[in-house]
Amino acid sequence: MPSQIVSLVVNGERREFIAAPGATLLACLRESLGLIAAKRGCAQGACGTCTVLVEGRPEASCLVPVETVAGASVRTLEGVTAGGELDEVQSAFIDCFATQCGFCTSGMIMVAEALLERNPDPSEDDVIEAVSGNVCRCTGYRPIVIAIMEAARRRRERAVPR
Amino acid sequence: MTYRLAPIDTGAFAAERDDTGLTVVGSVVQRSDARGHVTGRTEFFEDVAPPRLAHLKMHRSARHHARIAGVDVTAALAVPGVLRVLTHADVPNNVYTVLKLIGVEPDDEPVLAVDKVRYLGEPVCAVIAETEAAALDGAAAVEVSYEDLPHVLDVEEALEEGAPLVNEYQGQNHFVYEGHHCRRIRFGDVEAAFARADHVFEWRYQSSPIEQAPVETTGCVVVPQADGRLRIHSDTQACFFTLDNTALILGTPFNRLRIVGGTVGGGFGGKVDVVVEPIACVAAMAVDRPVKFVYDRAEEMQVSSPRAAERIVIKDAVMDDGRVTGRKVTLYVDAGAYARHSPYGTTKAAAHLPGPYSIPNVWADCHCVFTNRTPSSAMRGFGVTIADFALESQMDRIARALGMDPLRLRLINAYRDGDVKAHRKIAEGTALVEVIQKAAELAGHDLPEDCRRMSSTTREGL
Repeated sequence: MPSQIVSLVVNGERREFIAAPGATLLACLRESLGLIAAKRGCAQGACGTCTVLVEGRPEASCLVPVETVAGASVRTLEGVTAGGELDEVQSAFIDCFATQCGFCTSGMIMVAEALLERNPDPSEDDVIEAVSGNVCRCTGYRPIVIAIMEAARRRRERAVPR
Repeated sequence: MTYRLAPIDTGAFAAERDDTGLTVVGSVVQRSDARGHVTGRTEFFEDVAPPRLAHLKMHRSARHHARIAGVDVTAALAVPGVLRVLTHADVPNNVYTVLKLIGVEPDDEPVLAVDKVRYLGEPVCAVIAETEAAALDGAAAVEVSYEDLPHVLDVEEALEEGAPLVNEYQGQNHFVYEGHHCRRIRFGDVEAAFARADHVFEWRYQSSPIEQAPVETTGCVVVPQADGRLRIHSDTQACFFTLDNTALILGTPFNRLRIVGGTVGGGFGGKVDVVVEPIACVAAMAVDRPVKFVYDRAEEMQVSSPRAAERIVIKDAVMDDGRVTGRKVTLYVDAGAYARHSPYGTTKAAAHLPGPYSIPNVWADCHCVFTNRTPSSAMRGFGVTIADFALESQMDRIARALGMDPLRLRLINAYRDGDVKAHRKIAEGTALVEVIQKAAELAGHDLPEDCRRMSSTTREGL
């Protein structure tokens, strides 16, 4: 099977690249597009550190053959920082000490973005459910949950017209 | 939900900060690396993508213990994209031990197997290829023929007469400490203590190997530079330790290597051994291209060195009032097939005995044992953690047997300032009594008055 040209809308920009058959979305993001925020931790969909949003849904990009999402809109952590400004989730992760080694952080933030998009006022159980597919081996889950709750609060406050 | 943003209780230090001019303790300081982490800009080793990057994958032993009758790399070399297949003959100083930097001998582990494999998953051949997929196909195509040898997977069986010899470089199935078969403690007379005791309690404890399981697997990218040096991007926890050991294996001056590291996607002790950098350097020199060698998840779980399994037998002489008057410990650390950091870990275990208690008679034999299992090594307090599990389980069981509050049992035996420990050191700065009192208070556990009056600096209540 020959390689093919695949087109995606990545962080709002149309990008085209050549993908070998079976190439994963993660490999294409990292190797073809130079977007290295999403990490490879297990390459079998078990750790969550490769999580990106495909059409707004969190997906383990290490398991997604890129040709199956051709034309889709993909959002990575690089897109969250667009313009150099940190958003509420990023700044809450800093303020709540929700990062340790940093290797799971990209995936954690992306599932948080998807959660808050869909549910601006999540319960703690909702947050735990949302991050349940993501492993933090430094075991800093508590500050991560606190940071996402704090991010939700900040985003709701910002949304209230003054 | 109630929570606070800062993990530090700033209020508690307010008074201290007023007139001292000191401002750091009690104030919230942002982590210097946090902004990189939340923006995805922190550079981990695998984020480095030099042009013409080649990939290395390992062909690993399919046996616990076997003589290598032959290695055939013909089929591997025929895989499209395979550039080279390395064997032990390609590694300048193939046999090493990581702690030789602090004088530990002998060199006991090959970078690539020579005539024998000593554990399942031991590296035999390194395949370098244009792509990761080709390297994997090449590694799978290497053919090794084995003559099986009897294996031993249990520490006590390994020490029995007639057990199969695991490691010829060591010469016997245990590490030798200054001419002795194990790390020993001899203090007082435990047998006399057992004879005089109201009770003798003996129990046995066993732990399993524990994998550190960092989310980022072990790996490196080695880039040959124009000046002939090698630049090593690594997730090692020990940059200079890795640089020095790698240079010794390559037989090059230390200044031929440069390590770029310090960013570790979880280590927990699992990234202290020097297992990927030396062969990746040999590979980069062999093909004169950048080479990446990174463990996949299965390798990380199977062959990266875990916390050692330990077996610990504790026999205590105990009086009716709870005083422990003698403690005899036999401890086995399963080093696996090679020494790595286990001789040191076993010494740490011995140094930790008999726990934070003043026991007048102590006898300990701590064995560092070689078996045909994955080499074990460092992990968070290795040598100490499992010993504590055994020691504190023992204290709880004694308390239960005597019908005594387990905290009182510990308070009676806790070391005080001025006590002579089994290692002939005078205890100073002890605080176990106060820690137990505070913990009891926080847990709402009522300690009787005599226990609350005890102190680490007096003999009160003893």
